[in-house]
Amino acid sequence: MTKREKTLKFVKYVVLSFLAAAAAGLFVAYFIETTGRIESEGLKISSMSFMQIIVFILQKYGLSMLRGAGISLYLAFVGTAGGCVIGFICGILTTIPSSKRDNPVKRAVLYVVRLVINIYVEVFRGTPMMVQAMFIYYGVKLLWGLNLENLTAGLVIITVNTGAYMAESVRGGIISVDPGQTEGAQSIGMTHFQTMLYVIIPQALRNIMPQIGNNLIINVKDSCVLSVISVVELFFASKGAAGAYYRNFEVYTVTMVMYLIMTVSLSRLLRFVERKMDGPKNYRLAAGDQLAPTSGMLSAPKREDVRDGR
Amino acid sequence: MADNSPVLEVKGLSKSFGDHEVLKDISFTVRPGDVTCMIGASGSGKSTCLRCVNLLETPTGGDILFHGESILKRGFKTAAYRAKVGMVFQQFNLFENMTVLGNCVSGMRHVLKLDAATARKTAVDNLIKVGMGEFINAKPRQISGGQKQRVAIARALCMSPQVLLFDEPTSALDPQMVGEVLDVMKQLASEGLTMVIVTHEMAFARDVSNHVIYMADGVICEEGPPEQIFKNPQNPRTAEFLERFIR
Repeated sequence: MTKREKTLKFVKYVVLSFLAAAAAGLFVAYFIETTGRIESEGLKISSMSFMQIIVFILQKYGLSMLRGAGISLYLAFVGTAGGCVIGFICGILTTIPSSKRDNPVKRAVLYVVRLVINIYVEVFRGTPMMVQAMFIYYGVKLLWGLNLENLTAGLVIITVNTGAYMAESVRGGIISVDPGQTEGAQSIGMTHFQTMLYVIIPQALRNIMPQIGNNLIINVKDSCVLSVISVVELFFASKGAAGAYYRNFEVYTVTMVMYLIMTVSLSRLLRFVERKMDGPKNYRLAAGDQLAPTSGMLSAPKREDVRDGR
Repeated sequence: MADNSPVLEVKGLSKSFGDHEVLKDISFTVRPGDVTCMIGASGSGKSTCLRCVNLLETPTGGDILFHGESILKRGFKTAAYRAKVGMVFQQFNLFENMTVLGNCVSGMRHVLKLDAATARKTAVDNLIKVGMGEFINAKPRQISGGQKQRVAIARALCMSPQVLLFDEPTSALDPQMVGEVLDVMKQLASEGLTMVIVTHEMAFARDVSNHVIYMADGVICEEGPPEQIFKNPQNPRTAEFLERFIR
C-alpha cells in the first residue's frame, strides 16, 4: 500500500467514526430530552410518538435487552468455538486414511468412528435446533434427572449443532488442501496426526474461515431459538419488553437494530482476522544477523519479524 | 558408511492401478554412495516406481528391502522409514503455511525431536548450502520455482536422509532454474549422498550418476553404468530412446 492510499484510508476511518459518534451523540441528546419530557409532562404510552416509545422502552428495558444481546453473543462465540473444536476433531478422524495393509482392529475402530460421526452429523444437521433444544433439555431431565441450567443447556445445544455443520466444513477444508502437501509432510516422516496438526489444519483453517464466520453470524441470530428453553438472550428479553407494554413493533425495531449492529461488526471483524491470517505480502531478505546462529551467535534476534513493505 | 551392503533392494516389484499394470517385475539395488538415475519416456513407470519405494503408492507385488528389512511387512513403521528416506517432488510440495525456514525446521522439530536451536542451525546451514540462506523469511508462494525446489532439497537434507529420492525435480522448471537445481544436486552427489533420481536431464544422468536404469512400459529395459547406456546401449529400445541425445 502506498503512503497516499494509507492516508486516504485513515481519513475515511476518521470521517466515518466522526459521523458515527455524531449520530450516537444526537440520539443520546434526544434520549435525555425525551426521558425528561416523559417524566415532567407525565406522558402516557398511548399518546407517545414512535420515537418516544422507543426511548421509553429503552429506558425501561434497555439494560435487560443489552444483557440479552450479551448472552446472544456469548452463545454465538462459545458455540462457534466449541463447534469448531468438534468439527476439527470429526474432520481429522474422518480423513484418517485406511488401507488394506492396516491391521484389522485399526480398520474396525476407524469404521465405527466414521459411522458414529456420520450419524451425529446427519441427526444434528437434519433436525431443527429448536427441536433439539426441547429434546435435549427435557430429555436429560427425564432420563438422568439432570436439571441443567438453561444457559448451560443452551451452550451445549448450540455447540453440538454447530459442530455438526463444522464437521462437514472442516472435511471440505481438509480435502481442498493440495494432496501434495500431505505427501510432502509424509516424505519427511510425519505421522497422520502431525501432518494434520502442522501442515493441513493451518491451511484448512484459512480455507474455511469464511465458513466459520458464516456460522458465527448464523449463531448470533439463531441463538434466539434457544428462547424456547428460557435462555434469556436478546429475543427472550425483547419478548419480555414487548409483552409488558403490548408494543411489539417499537420493541422489535430496537431488537432488529441490535442484531444488525452485532452481525455487521462481526463480519467486519472476521474480514480483519482473515487479512491478518494471510500475513504480510512482502518479506525481508535475511541479513547477516539473522543467519548468525550458524556462526554460533545464538543470542541473535529470535523473532523473524517480517514487516510489511519495509 | 563402511560396509557396502545395499541400502535399498527392489525385488520383483509390480504395481497395478485396477487392471492397468504400470510396473512389472522391477528389480534393482542401491548401495551407499550410489547415484542411480532412472530415465525413460513419460508414462513408463519411473515415478510410480519411486513413489512405491517411499510407500506413497502401495506396491501390488514383489518386495522392497531397506537394509535387508522388508518395508512391506505388516506393522512396519512407515513414518520412521520415510524420515530416513527423503523425497523431492516435481511440484516441490513445500508447506504453504510456513516460511522457508519453517519448512526446514518442522521435520527436525516434530519428527526427529531436535531442540529449536539445533534445528534452526541445521536448517540455516542447509539453506545456505543450496543458496537460499537469504530467503529464510519468505513464504513458498513468494519465491520462484527453482528457489522452491532448492528449499525442498534443503528440507529433505535437514532430515539427514540415508537415501534421497528425486521425482523429476526439474521438470516443472525453466532452463535457467533447471541449472541452479542441478548444480545443487551435483554438489550433493560429489559429497557422497546416496540418491535415486528420476529425470529427463540426460546430460545430468550421464555425468553425475554411476548407475542408469532405462525403463519402458513398466519394465527395466536396460541398466548399467552411464558409459554403457549412453555410449553403447545393448538394447535397441534404449538406443532408440537415446537416439537424439547420443547422435
